[in-house]
Amino acid sequence: MTLVLDSTLESVDIAEERVLSEAAQAGFDEDQQHHIGMSVRECMVNAVVHGNRYNARKKVTVSISRSAGRLEVIIADEGEGFDMSNLPDPLADENLLRHSGRGLLLMQAFMDEFQIRPHQPRGTEVRMVKYLGKNNH
Amino acid sequence: MTTRQVGDVTVIDVVGRITLGEGASAFRDTIRELAANGKKKLLLNLAEVSYIDSSGIGEMVSGFTTVANQGGAVKLLNLTKRVRDLLQITKLYTVFEVFDDEAAAVRSFS
Repeated sequence: MTLVLDSTLESVDIAEERVLSEAAQAGFDEDQQHHIGMSVRECMVNAVVHGNRYNARKKVTVSISRSAGRLEVIIADEGEGFDMSNLPDPLADENLLRHSGRGLLLMQAFMDEFQIRPHQPRGTEVRMVKYLGKNNH
Repeated sequence: MTTRQVGDVTVIDVVGRITLGEGASAFRDTIRELAANGKKKLLLNLAEVSYIDSSGIGEMVSGFTTVANQGGAVKLLNLTKRVRDLLQITKLYTVFEVFDDEAAAVRSFS
């Protein structure tokens, strides 16, 4: 299933709801669904706010696929992209009191696989996978 | 979200979702207003928080620094397992004092 969504906060809710529906059908328990939903929410916020910067002409594409014991979500924006190596470490003592910068950390903590790469022709693509039976937190 | 006074400690009973948008904004506004009114001992009761995202966490941290810069303190009460997990993952358990008992939390400010 692929959703092409506007760069709005409403799209964040839409993506989260659709992925959660798939996760429930796949048999993930309540805690796992919470982790999946939160990861999608964080990723969508990044795509809408930091990637597409609420630009009405830019879309966020959400691809959801489910197979035996596995849920994969790919979220791509059409923004300028960014270099992960330039991001401050949110766990460094000097960054603990920063207002923002924890979204990627939470996605990595909650999902079993997490990859981020440039999206062609422009933007950023995040791929996240969750497996049934594994429990991160 | 409601506030109540227990001695000189202001307890903020936070309810529902603290996520980017309305929830986090209301949370931020409440803390800023209290700080602007000279309330320097804030206890966030998170028992009824159903969902908090990184924006909500960011507002908690901002509230902490705002009040700390005025010589006060923000402490946390009644964390759900999910909020507790978030504090572990983000290492913010090293920043916030956390309590399960309101009376003990209130006493800790004195």
